[in-house]
Amino acid sequence: MTGNTVKVVSTPNSSSERLALYQQILAAGAGDIDVLQVDVVWPGILGTHFIDLKPYTQGAQDDHFQAIVENNTVDGELKAMPWFTDAGVLFYRKDLLEKYDRAVPTTWEEMAETARIVQKGEREAGDDDLWGYVFQARAYEGLTCNALEWIDSYGGEIVDAKGDVVVDSPEVIDAVTEAASWMKDMVPPGVLNYTEEESRGVFQSGNAVFMRNWPYAWALAQSDDSPIKGKVGVVALPKGGAEGKHTGVLGGWNLAVSKYSAHPEIAADLVMFLTSPEEQKRRAIEGSYNPTITDLYQDEEVLAAVPFFGDLYDTFENAVARPSGVTGEKYNRVSAAFWGKVHAALEGNEDPETAMSDLADELGAVKRRGW
Amino acid sequence: MQGSELTRAKVRSALVFLAPMLLALALAAGWPLGRTLWFAFTDATLTDTGSYAFVGFENFWNPDWGGLLEDANWWTAVGNTLYFTVLSVTLETILGVGIALALDVPFRGRAIVRAAVLIPWAIPTIVSAKMWGWMLHDQFGLINDLGMKLGLIDQPVAWMASSATALTAIVAVDVWKTTPFMALLVLAALQMLPRDIYEAARIDGIHPVRVFFRVTLPLIRPALMVAVIFRGLDALRAFDLMYAMTGNNESTMTMSVFARQQLVDFQDVGYGSAAAALLFVMVAVLTAAVLTLGRVRLTGGVR
Repeated sequence: MTGNTVKVVSTPNSSSERLALYQQILAAGAGDIDVLQVDVVWPGILGTHFIDLKPYTQGAQDDHFQAIVENNTVDGELKAMPWFTDAGVLFYRKDLLEKYDRAVPTTWEEMAETARIVQKGEREAGDDDLWGYVFQARAYEGLTCNALEWIDSYGGEIVDAKGDVVVDSPEVIDAVTEAASWMKDMVPPGVLNYTEEESRGVFQSGNAVFMRNWPYAWALAQSDDSPIKGKVGVVALPKGGAEGKHTGVLGGWNLAVSKYSAHPEIAADLVMFLTSPEEQKRRAIEGSYNPTITDLYQDEEVLAAVPFFGDLYDTFENAVARPSGVTGEKYNRVSAAFWGKVHAALEGNEDPETAMSDLADELGAVKRRGW
Repeated sequence: MQGSELTRAKVRSALVFLAPMLLALALAAGWPLGRTLWFAFTDATLTDTGSYAFVGFENFWNPDWGGLLEDANWWTAVGNTLYFTVLSVTLETILGVGIALALDVPFRGRAIVRAAVLIPWAIPTIVSAKMWGWMLHDQFGLINDLGMKLGLIDQPVAWMASSATALTAIVAVDVWKTTPFMALLVLAALQMLPRDIYEAARIDGIHPVRVFFRVTLPLIRPALMVAVIFRGLDALRAFDLMYAMTGNNESTMTMSVFARQQLVDFQDVGYGSAAAALLFVMVAVLTAAVLTLGRVRLTGGVR
C-alpha cells in the first residue's frame, strides 16, 4: 500500500483519436495526466514530452522483449515501459471447420476458400447472417495494420529500411488484389466502416467463420455470456501464397510518464508496478493481454488460461513493425495515405494496381518534404 | 444636422456602448483568425510549436511537393463539402417551408407539435450522429431491418461503408436534424404576414398554390434568404456529423475534416492552417456571391 490514489481517465477507443487527444494535452504542456498509455508507433512522435524512465527501472526492462524496449528508446532515453504487446492473429470457428471437414488454413487463399464453402453451406441451411471473414477496414490506423499484414505475408513493404517507397511492387499488388477479392462475396460490406469492436461484435455473436483481431478478443470470446464459448481457435495469420510467411503486425501499448507531471516519482512507481511480472501475469490470465516479459510465455498458469500464447510466441516476437521509425514524424501522413488507398481498392473504386501506383506518387510527395 | 451637439453625443455614447462588444469580438474571433492566417504562411508543426519559419505561399503551391492546390485529397474534400451544402440546404429549405406552412394553420395541440418538432435540433450532433450510426448499421441497424421487412431492399445495405451512399446518408441525417431549425425561422416570418391579404385572395377565389407563389413566397423571401445563408455557412464548415460517423474517410471528408486531420493527426500546423485559411476565403466568397445574387440586405428588406 502506497497510500496514493490513481484516477483513470477514459480516452477514445480509436488509436488515431487517442493520439490526437494526447497531442493537444501535451502540446499545451498540461500536467493533468501523469501516466499515459502509448502505442508502439508513438515514442518517435511524442517522445519529447516524456521523462527518461531508466533511473526508475533498476534494469527491469531487460526482462522484456528487446525489440519493444529498443522501439521505446529515443536518443538513449527509455521513454516508455512495455505494458502489453500485440500482434494480429486469426480467430476461427472450430465447430464450423469440423462440420465442413476443413483444415485450419495456412494461406490466405485457403482461408478464403474455406470461408466461402462454410458461408455457402450455412446460408443454404438457413443462416442468412453468416459471413466468411471479418476484419478492420474502416479508414483508420487499424486498416494500416491489417493491410501491412497482407503485404508482409506476401513479402512486400510500404517503405523499406532505407526509406524508399516500394509500395507499388508486385508483391504488394498481389496482396491487395487478394484482399479486394474477399470483398465481393465473403465479407459483410459494412466491414469498410468496422474497427476492432465492430468486427468482434459480428464474430462473437456467431456471424463469422474467421476474424482477424488482437489477442484481447480471446478472453471475451471465451467469457461465460459469449455465444461462441468453447468454439473458437486461434492461429497465426495465413501466409501470402505457398511461398509467403506467417506474420502479424506489431501492436501493443506502453506506459510513459509526462514531463509535465507534478509527481514524476510516484507516476514512475505506478508504471513500474503495472509493468511488473505479477501484474502482467494477472492481466494475461484475466484479459488475455500478451505479456512483454519473455519468461511469462513459459508460465503454466498463463498457458492454461491462454493456450495459444505458447504456440504463437514466435509470431509475437517477430511481428512486423509499422514503418514509424524510418518515416518519423511523417508516419501518420504515410499511414493515412496508405489506409486511404487500400480502402479505395477494397471498395472497388480503384483497381489495386492503380491504387498502389497512385499511393507511391503520393508517398513520394510526402517524402520530398523529408522524413 | 451633421454638427449638432446632440448627434455627436449620441455617436459618442454609441461608441462607448459598442466598445466592450468590439473588444470581445477582436479577442474571440480576430486573434485566432489572424493567428491561423499567419500560420498558413509558415512551416510550424505541433511537435515543436516554438520554432518555425516563414515560407510564403509554399503551403498553397510550390514546385517541389505540390502544396494544397495540387493536393487531390483537398479537392475531394472541397467537392464533398459543396455536394453536402447544396443538397442539404436545398432539402432543408423545401421541407422547412412545408412544415412551417403546416404549423401556421391553427389546430388543436399546435403548441405541443411546434415544440416537439424542435427535438431533433435540440439533440447534440454527436449524440444524433452516434444514434444514426447504429440505426444505419449493416448488421444490427433498424433502417435495414425496416427496409427488409417492408420489402424495399432484399439484403442489408452498408450505408456508411460505401462511398456511394455514405455522404448521402450523412445528408439525410443532417436534413433530419436541421429542418426544424429552418421551419422555425420560416414560421416566424409567416406569422408576421398580414392576414387580410389572404382574406382578399380567398374572396377573389385564387388557388392556394398560386397564393403561395405570388403572395407568401415573395413576402417571406428576405427571412428565407437569411435562413438559407445561415444554413449554408453552417454546412460549408460541417465537421461533427462526418467525423463522428465515418472518421477520416476520404469519401466523406469535408474541408473542415481535412484541415483538422492536417493540424492534429499530422501535426502540420502550417499546412492545416493553409487549408483553414482557404476554407475561410471560400466561405467568404460564396457568402458574398449569394448575398449579391440573392439581392439580400442583412438589415432586412429586398433591394
